[in-house]
Amino acid sequence: MKERHVLVVFPHPDDEAFGVSGTIAQHVQNGTPVTYACLTLGEMGRHMGVPPFANRETLPHIRKQELEEACRILGIHDLRLLGYRDKTVEFEDEEELADRIAAILAETNPSLVITFYPGYSVHPDHDACGAAVIRALKRWPKEERPTVHCVAFAKNCEQDLGQPDVIRDVSPVIETKLAAIRAHRSQTEGLMQAASKRGDALAWLKTERFWTYRWDD
Amino acid sequence: MQPIDAAAVQEALDRFANRDVYIHLETTNGAYASHHNERFFSAGAYIRNVRIRFTRGKITGPGPYRVGLKLQIGWVYAEGLTHWEWTNEGQLLLAGHDYEGKLAVALELSDTPFA
Repeated sequence: MKERHVLVVFPHPDDEAFGVSGTIAQHVQNGTPVTYACLTLGEMGRHMGVPPFANRETLPHIRKQELEEACRILGIHDLRLLGYRDKTVEFEDEEELADRIAAILAETNPSLVITFYPGYSVHPDHDACGAAVIRALKRWPKEERPTVHCVAFAKNCEQDLGQPDVIRDVSPVIETKLAAIRAHRSQTEGLMQAASKRGDALAWLKTERFWTYRWDD
Repeated sequence: MQPIDAAAVQEALDRFANRDVYIHLETTNGAYASHHNERFFSAGAYIRNVRIRFTRGKITGPGPYRVGLKLQIGWVYAEGLTHWEWTNEGQLLLAGHDYEGKLAVALELSDTPFA
């Protein structure tokens, strides 16, 4: 199905890389415009490159460039950097955060939103990001809300949410996806080296899995 | 110290907001971590009696808890918090104890400098 507009909302540069970038590339290939709202620059990341080429102060600049390069590779022409700080999203005022996302929703009018499943995404920034998207969308009448596809990877997500209901084969765009992953060099180079030694990464990367958000109101 | 009551800690944080307060913030894995386990990389840090002013403080998490204090141009953050205490001097003490009961993290606020 061809979407009208896809809005991706994640808190960190590279949150899209492993689990969503193939889906993004396919939407772009279909001619669907994609907007990516990224809440922070991943300022508090611990991966500094292998060997380290970033430091605590240069990391946000490097990760911003990496994110812009990943967007260029994926064909995302609308990247919004919201200017929050890594590891602090959950401490922001929830209504104000939802206001920022609601403004982007109103402007872009997406038919599909991709974010983290609140409560099932391990990192507090992931959960707070997903919760803010849901909070913003709940201001709309239920029948007017876009579909929300959520990424989740908490240990209990399949137990609580069941199997992911959206399984996408992204093997036709796997080279684009791999290039987007590599663009986040400071964060992914070590992981990709380790994965290539194990030799199991490619099969895993060819499939992307989502849970459609189930409204509770 | 008592196991954290998140609502009570939130109330305490609110009382320190928007005024000058002194902070002690510490993480520690103990001085012997690398001695007991050579594969363990020992690291820690603390600051004490630094004066700050935060506009909003929040405690989150299901326990162990996290606390974030939003400053005019920065942040204070601690995770792994398990216990709290209001001292007779009106100091808010938050601590995180590991599975053996040893201190791993401390975040403390006071209107007057810590001794």
